Amino acid sequence: MAAKLKPGQGPLDYGSRTWLKVLFAAIFFMLYAPIITLVAFSFNTDKRGIVWRGFTLDNYVKAWNNESLIEALTNSLVIALIATVFATILGALAALLLWRFRFPAKGAYEGFMALPIVIPEICMGVALLLFFVNSGMMEFFVHMPWPLNLGNIIFAHVTFCFPFVAVVVRSRLVGFNRQLEEASKDLGASEWQTFWSIIVPYMKPGLIAGALLAFTLSLDDFVITFFTSGPETVTFPVKVYSLVRRGVSPEINAASTVLIVITVIATVIAMKLQAPPKADKA
Amino acid sequence: MSEAIVSIRNLTKSFPGGVKAVDSVSLDIAQNEFFALLGPSGCGKTTLLRMISGLETPTSGQILIGGEDMAFTPPNKRPTNMVFQSYAVFPHMTVEQNVGYGLKVTGVASDEIKRRVGEALEMVKLTALATRKPDQMSGGQRQRVALARALVKRPKVLLLDEPLSALDAKLRDDMRLELTRLQETVGITFIIVTHDQDEALSMATRIAVMDRGAVQQVATPTELYEHPKNRFVADFIGKVNLIEAKVLRQIGRKIDCEAKGIGRLELPTDGLVGPQVSIAIRPEKLKISRAEPSALIRLQGRVRDVSYYGDSSHVVVHTPNGLDLSVNVQNDTRSGGAGVERGQYVWVHWSPEDSIVLAE
Repeated sequence: MAAKLKPGQGPLDYGSRTWLKVLFAAIFFMLYAPIITLVAFSFNTDKRGIVWRGFTLDNYVKAWNNESLIEALTNSLVIALIATVFATILGALAALLLWRFRFPAKGAYEGFMALPIVIPEICMGVALLLFFVNSGMMEFFVHMPWPLNLGNIIFAHVTFCFPFVAVVVRSRLVGFNRQLEEASKDLGASEWQTFWSIIVPYMKPGLIAGALLAFTLSLDDFVITFFTSGPETVTFPVKVYSLVRRGVSPEINAASTVLIVITVIATVIAMKLQAPPKADKA
Repeated sequence: MSEAIVSIRNLTKSFPGGVKAVDSVSLDIAQNEFFALLGPSGCGKTTLLRMISGLETPTSGQILIGGEDMAFTPPNKRPTNMVFQSYAVFPHMTVEQNVGYGLKVTGVASDEIKRRVGEALEMVKLTALATRKPDQMSGGQRQRVALARALVKRPKVLLLDEPLSALDAKLRDDMRLELTRLQETVGITFIIVTHDQDEALSMATRIAVMDRGAVQQVATPTELYEHPKNRFVADFIGKVNLIEAKVLRQIGRKIDCEAKGIGRLELPTDGLVGPQVSIAIRPEKLKISRAEPSALIRLQGRVRDVSYYGDSSHVVVHTPNGLDLSVNVQNDTRSGGAGVERGQYVWVHWSPEDSIVLAE
């Protein structure tokens, strides 16, 4: 522990130590090698997809022409979009409720609301399945025409997505200066005008970040979807799972790459918007 | 006094738990006044201001604005506008949008908004920054936005909550002059809340000194400084030497008293006093000299401390009878500052009419 520092090295400059750099590189390799392989092999000419034989875009064309795969992807996108809209509205309202009002058992409510974030997905899946079957909702939705037959999946997705929105929006609201609200009323605005022209614009980055979070979560959810979907409806992650069981094909690589790109873009935007506003210049 | 624009009658605000933030306050504020509410933190001055604006409702009492009781009128229906301590400039709007907000929400036509916003920005010298966002502005500029935003509404009363506290010293002086100029230009009644006596003394036409929810004295700055009504006011406004004294007898406007550490004194007073009084003398009214002066009231003592402030020096003289007297000496020549050193024996003297006799 008594090793001397090199010139110019601060006591907390761990980044300049070799063993740490090696560890860092190893961890990154572990994390990203599989993803990079997946993306790389989506351009592979080999049918089995195990050995690299040459570059091609055929897999993307094949994936595009695979009707059942496209149907699954469409389902996923529709579910994600609708679930996001509802989750965002519900989440924002929950966040406002928790931020604005004091009521009995507020702490307990806050805890319960966040429960879907922490409880294992498998439990959520089973619970939702039992609920849908016993309440007759499963029966009701399964025989509806598209896209209403996705109703139960959308319900399930809203259930586990909206707490994420609520948490993000609520943490945004913590920084809200109540004097802005007072100033608005002092300047002649009604409660409603104040809400739409002062509070909502302030929440906006949180709303967008929360919505994108909900969108990504819904888009690649497997476990809950697997439990709550009817026999006929297939989403993209479920479809990929069933295809992989019959062996990996470069087509799946291609489709997965597309999904990764969509998810990454959404996440990057979410992160950007979630970043705290620049500190005020004094 | 001319017609009161704001009349506060027996206003009380109690918080749960029985704490009275404002305790039965009555005040009349005239048209065109620059009125200051001054007091230490927690004295209830901000609560009083917030009740005038409508952001807080009183427990009992009346607030008449322009002759109409508005104690329970919501803030958006009152002819008052506020400049907040944090400025509360809307971060997602440009300067123009901020200033125009109060007109837009009340349905003023857009070309009139444009004209009035232009005028208001000119008044606070922000025309060049009309399209800026608040996060690209300095604290002083944001304050101007807050001012323009409130003034553009043409309120009957402008309320300012500690408007200068977040500015640095130099800017604060500029803004102080600016506020006085603005008040004269627009001719609107200003009510300012501050804990800074310099601010209140230099800007206000009248000051209400508050302590523990109650108004201690309402007077012009000079009157407050030279004729404080009680110990609290004398002590809070400026620096003061306070000496306890026992009144032996009062003949008309003169008292004969036994002052602690000084002895028999004959002093003029403003009114009838009880058996126990405090004598207050401002440090700048005390004179210091090496040789024994001929003044009526004189005390010898030893210099305990000399603090140099550039334009003046504060000298503390300790007398053998246990008094510590602060003396303010103007350094009006370049040689030698106060002209005394620590440990020296000096004389402190003053004339009887410069002492203030406080009944309480």
